[in-house]
Amino acid sequence: MSRPTRHEVDTDPVTGYETTGHNWNGIRELNTPFPRIVIWALALTFAYSAVAWVLLPAWPLGRDYTRGLLGLDQGEIAAEGYQRLAEARADWVTLFASGDFTALAADKTLMARAMPAAARLFADNCAACHGATGTGGPGFPNLADQDWLWGGDPETVAETLRVGINSAHLETRFSQMPAFGRDGMLPRNEIAAVADHVLALSSGKADPNSPSATLFAENCSSCHGEAGTGGLGVGAPVLVDDQWIYGGSRDDILTTLRQGRQGVMPAWENRLSATEINMLALYVAGLGQDGETGVRQ
Amino acid sequence: MLKLHYNLEKVSLGMVAAIIVAALIGGAVEIAPLFTIDETVAIPDDLRPHTPLELAGREIYMREGCYACHSQMVRALADEIDRYGPYSLAGESAYDHPMLWGSKRTGPDLARLGDKYSDDWHVVHLADPRSVVPASIMPAYPWLTTSLDTENLSAQLATLARLGVPYSDEMIANAMRDALAQSRPDSDGAADVAARYGESVAIRAFDGNSSRLTEMDALVAYLQSLGTLTKAAHETLAPEATQ
Repeated sequence: MSRPTRHEVDTDPVTGYETTGHNWNGIRELNTPFPRIVIWALALTFAYSAVAWVLLPAWPLGRDYTRGLLGLDQGEIAAEGYQRLAEARADWVTLFASGDFTALAADKTLMARAMPAAARLFADNCAACHGATGTGGPGFPNLADQDWLWGGDPETVAETLRVGINSAHLETRFSQMPAFGRDGMLPRNEIAAVADHVLALSSGKADPNSPSATLFAENCSSCHGEAGTGGLGVGAPVLVDDQWIYGGSRDDILTTLRQGRQGVMPAWENRLSATEINMLALYVAGLGQDGETGVRQ
Repeated sequence: MLKLHYNLEKVSLGMVAAIIVAALIGGAVEIAPLFTIDETVAIPDDLRPHTPLELAGREIYMREGCYACHSQMVRALADEIDRYGPYSLAGESAYDHPMLWGSKRTGPDLARLGDKYSDDWHVVHLADPRSVVPASIMPAYPWLTTSLDTENLSAQLATLARLGVPYSDEMIANAMRDALAQSRPDSDGAADVAARYGESVAIRAFDGNSSRLTEMDALVAYLQSLGTLTKAAHETLAPEATQ
């Protein structure tokens, strides 16, 4: 039994490489040299780093640092890239700045180009509440029908998008259903009577001479109209149809009467550009017209 | 030089020491200067710290692991600006300890979420995401209707103040009261919240019910504050990119 002996470097006759000098019971290990290409690659990266030190932001200098000759700034590069994106589509996007919706909608080539982009905007910004196809859900109005609170023409939709409803925008549209129950404006039995009257209005069987009709006239008609046909100007929904935002069952109506409703549509003026808002307004108005502009997806 | 390395490899402790020295030099050159260079984290003048209620919501955000699927950093890339808005600045999260930039997006980025959707939507969506977004794979968080524990808020503000967040003694002392008042717009304390944290703070019954302060109130208040603590990011981007 021989211990590994050191420093017995000799040359392997087959490969011509030296051995490591260790000898384990006659087994020796080749000391294959480090590949030259790796060493050159390493040397090249060192050489590049020297160039990069000069060209790019690199060396710390206490409270400051070397900016580099190229003066690159990631944020500026991104902003320029965004600018280029905007310019690349400016030829058709800027047309929407006019807000002349009749002319815009009539331009079929433009609409074919813009509506897929508007659909993308809708998916990113509106679909969370109003649904992927604009059909809404409990508490979030259906945009894909003919019923509108503030109006469904593109001009009005654009304004609703811009300022929102009950939003933090200074010019926000404002619409509140008071909490007749919670705030003690009506006793329980009168709320129930009003709920029944609203149900009757919806099914067209309301009796205009009943006591509940008087209650409705005293408490509801100032916003919803004497006949319950709604007030577009105040965003008070029509009550004589079978469209409901918060549900049309007796329980739903009682809840609405007791707790009130203050649905919020956020204002988009600070998040979307004016052209994007106009594009979306046409898209949303198109949803209501059931495919007339070929935009329903 | 290769010969030196060759010999060093034969002395294991020497090799360990050499690795440590090399790593230390790397750290000293790449990391240490970030603490001395002025513009690493330029704190915007208008940056406000989170209110106690938002801070409580932030704790819930961390507790529920929201950061595992949602980042809070719009990267400096053109496409990101197009989708989410101005790219995030380091200074925007200067008062966040720890920051919640995240690194993975199973869901969308949330850095610019504040004011994008209504409180009602957040409440419905958190309780049952699929009721409003059928394709969502986000878990439901129905237990957020439990009452909010505000006991530790003063201590939390005090801790953050020691880390450099500008909470005054008055803010620390009134943390519990302010948390409650921010969810009660008609209460006496609501004006104090605005006075202490600024007029831009949202004071609402975030979960739609001002009679009870819930975890939902806190989380929605926090989500609605994301991206609204300073206008710096918008101002940085505005000169270059106005569409």
